Amino acid sequence: MPSIFEDQFRSSASKLTGDLRHRSLIQKSLKGYEKSRDEKQARFQDWEAARLAAAETKWEAINHLDKYLSEFADNLTARGTKVFWASTAEDARNYMLNLALEKRARTIIKSKTMTSEEIHLNEALAKAGYDVVESDLGEFIVQLRGEVPYHLVFPAMHLTRDEISHLFHEKLGSPETDNPEELTMTARREMRIKYCKADIGISGANFAVAETGMISITENEGNARLTTSLPKIHVALLGIEKVLPKLGDLALFLPMLATAGTGQQLTCYNSMIGGPRQADELDGPEEFHVILLDNRRTQLLADAEQRDALHCIRCGACLNVCPIFRNVGGQSYGTTYQGPIGSVITPHLRGLPDWKHLSFASSLCGACTETCPVKIDLHHHLLQNRRNATALESSQLDRNSFRAFAFLVNHPGVFEVVAKVSRLLQPLHRLVAGSKIDPLLAWTATREAPIIAKESFRQYWKSQHK
Amino acid sequence: MSQRNEILGRIREALRLEAHGPKHAGATGDGARTGATPREWLPVAPNDQEGMAEAFARNCVELRTQYSHVASPAELIRKLLELKNAEGWKLIASHRAPILSSILPSVGLPILLMENGPAIADIERADVGITVCDALIAQTGSILLTSRSAGGRALSVLPPHHVVVARESQLLPDLTAAFELLKKTYSDNYPSFITLITGPSRTGDIERILVLGAHGPRILTVVLLPDEKGGSTL
Amino acid sequence: MKISLFIPCFIDQLFPSVGISVVRIFEKLGHKIEFDESIVCCGQPAFNTGCWNEARSIATRVLERLQNAEVIVIPSGSCGAMIRVFYPEIFKDHPELAAAQSLARKTYELSEFLVDRLGVTDLGSQFPAKVTFHDGCHGLRELHLKHQARQLLKHVKGLSLVEMKDQTSCCGFGGTFAVKFPMISTAMGEVRCASALETDADFLVSNDSSCLMHLQGLLSRKKERLKTIHLAEILASF
Repeated sequence: MPSIFEDQFRSSASKLTGDLRHRSLIQKSLKGYEKSRDEKQARFQDWEAARLAAAETKWEAINHLDKYLSEFADNLTARGTKVFWASTAEDARNYMLNLALEKRARTIIKSKTMTSEEIHLNEALAKAGYDVVESDLGEFIVQLRGEVPYHLVFPAMHLTRDEISHLFHEKLGSPETDNPEELTMTARREMRIKYCKADIGISGANFAVAETGMISITENEGNARLTTSLPKIHVALLGIEKVLPKLGDLALFLPMLATAGTGQQLTCYNSMIGGPRQADELDGPEEFHVILLDNRRTQLLADAEQRDALHCIRCGACLNVCPIFRNVGGQSYGTTYQGPIGSVITPHLRGLPDWKHLSFASSLCGACTETCPVKIDLHHHLLQNRRNATALESSQLDRNSFRAFAFLVNHPGVFEVVAKVSRLLQPLHRLVAGSKIDPLLAWTATREAPIIAKESFRQYWKSQHK
Repeated sequence: MSQRNEILGRIREALRLEAHGPKHAGATGDGARTGATPREWLPVAPNDQEGMAEAFARNCVELRTQYSHVASPAELIRKLLELKNAEGWKLIASHRAPILSSILPSVGLPILLMENGPAIADIERADVGITVCDALIAQTGSILLTSRSAGGRALSVLPPHHVVVARESQLLPDLTAAFELLKKTYSDNYPSFITLITGPSRTGDIERILVLGAHGPRILTVVLLPDEKGGSTL
Repeated sequence: MKISLFIPCFIDQLFPSVGISVVRIFEKLGHKIEFDESIVCCGQPAFNTGCWNEARSIATRVLERLQNAEVIVIPSGSCGAMIRVFYPEIFKDHPELAAAQSLARKTYELSEFLVDRLGVTDLGSQFPAKVTFHDGCHGLRELHLKHQARQLLKHVKGLSLVEMKDQTSCCGFGGTFAVKFPMISTAMGEVRCASALETDADFLVSNDSSCLMHLQGLLSRKKERLKTIHLAEILASF
């Protein structure tokens, strides 16, 4: 029995895979990314060695997570940061809601953080009556449309400038235009007002440096800098797996994140924040809060096979190269994290029975594993998820089918009989091919069926080698 | 039991299970790093003065950072006057630093000093934010600055044009050198905010078309000065 | 050296000419070949669907039947990957692990066997046509095959190879994926066919018949003149 999430996935995937306009828009967008990425990757003296070093660094961090997290938290606390450890999404949301209440906040501005989507923070804050604004242009756009982000790095990748112009015209009253610069300036003007008014700025973090007690934020627009500089209170929300041991590790990770994520040498702004405004500083938030989120990451940590999934630096490269992603689009997944990494970790974060279908919706081409800058064994994890899924009760049909299959191939005599019968029945199949009663409709709806040969190879061999 | 202890407890429990690390030849059992620096794999970085200046300049072209190498503070003033006339500057926002205090009055405009605690609305009216920096990174075309050395957090990101005044000796080859510098300079007491600026603010969120000035400065100008004879840099 | 041929189930039943071509190639090279008719399948369909117990039961039999083989050659990147990469995986923590590792070590996909093991790149083949090559993902990413096929094609008289613009994109077959998620599989295949058609080649070649079966299915439905053919069939055109 497919879960409701599988049904939703299939329904959305069916729509989008047939949408040639969408297909062409996404292909064009990702081709541009590929060109830039290849060019920047080629500048590395040894990209593969860099990947390995990054993987080893993350491996070290994850396998001593208790040590580095403690170091990180203690260093932050020593300079006046309030650190909150959240076991669950609810814990994190409640902390945020209580803080907003305590500070009598009205407007909250946010820079891009997938972790906040993961815990459905925006909905909780909006429901409690706070005005929450996404400052990242792509997030701002999808927020106005009431949509989920299409891609974890490029949230509005699926929209044309005309669609965005129309959206701004409708929701903000700006004049229609097909000039991307004018559209961006419209968003910039809107944001300015919010930045200056906001009581609380919420950000994520790309990395958490244990050695110096700093979060590191990677961006191009400058909205994260404004979000974390202007409001009196800055709250950073991050998963516990974001930890890096040393400050110097950023010298490797910042360029790799930029290269893999956006095809840049470095993004525009890479900022390290280690506390609220210090005594000798001229501005900055009065309070700095860091929420360290578990939300089942410790469960993933306990999975010896898939622990490396916690290496993820959320660059989105695996999405960019995934042929499934390119054809079904990011919103089909129905998850916070799309693409290969999303398919791997969502069963851990939200449960295997409901989300196993994403692991099956893959041809296992391995492009994701090949591109991952921190060497997560992505496509093999999908195979492991499939194995774990078939152990579930709901997979009775699959198990039985393959028990029969195993019997067939382990008994070549039986196999040959079945093969012969199939060949005899094939002309009958041709009569129903492509119609509703075709048992092979999943194939024949769009493809011609292969023809069972008159003489199989084994028959040829037998005849040649008596 | 506090949440901290709960979470750390779960982590320790999880880590009791040994897992296999990244596949590679010569992996050490505990996944320890080999001790090499990113320099081995990242793009080559020049470390001679001329090479660094050249690399920095080349990156600026690619990033659309405006870059000038001037011979003296007098030339720097000339450069700023040029920009003032071309862009119609009416108000400068800046901070206290020896080189800035000595040349900015010659630009002939009112100056909003961050040390005087201006309101955000006032900084918003400034046409340009002028700061010094901690370093320039040749390999990436980046500027390293902190809330302590560059007038706070907002000054270098709010005004629509950010001008950075740097000294030749501030050129560093790469990011590894930048982080080493930070450690050397601040390790007892880091500023609360440190940033690496690599080009003017930008976005590609609309059909991947590059637009400058998304939220941060639309124009970034770096002016490189020779060091003072006495050796002081800023 | 005695070469044991492993002919995957779908080649046996649907594309026997591929198997026959392999036989002809080794006969030309003067090698003795063996074929165990009792081996039907490597077990990949079961493995891919997560039914590792059933995959193990199939693989155990394969291990038994091939334990004395000197060297095994398979004209399929995906089946080659199953034996080389995934047999050791499914038998981890099982007593058959050593046997699986031993089998993996002596198993080769056809093009890598010819080029890397035998050092043969010129078989004296002739195939005057313009072709483009599709790298099956398992062969490409699990077995790291790429240059071997191209070296072999370079020496085929009259053949001109033109690469697709998007060289390493997946065809969309993916085993049971093709029928579990047919709309995605089809979309991916359409993109791949479009790349192939853009080259204006006469033939679309691959070292994996499963990919070709899927792509040919789409091409035939659209009545395109581009034909698919396995690498072995070209090489066996003497």
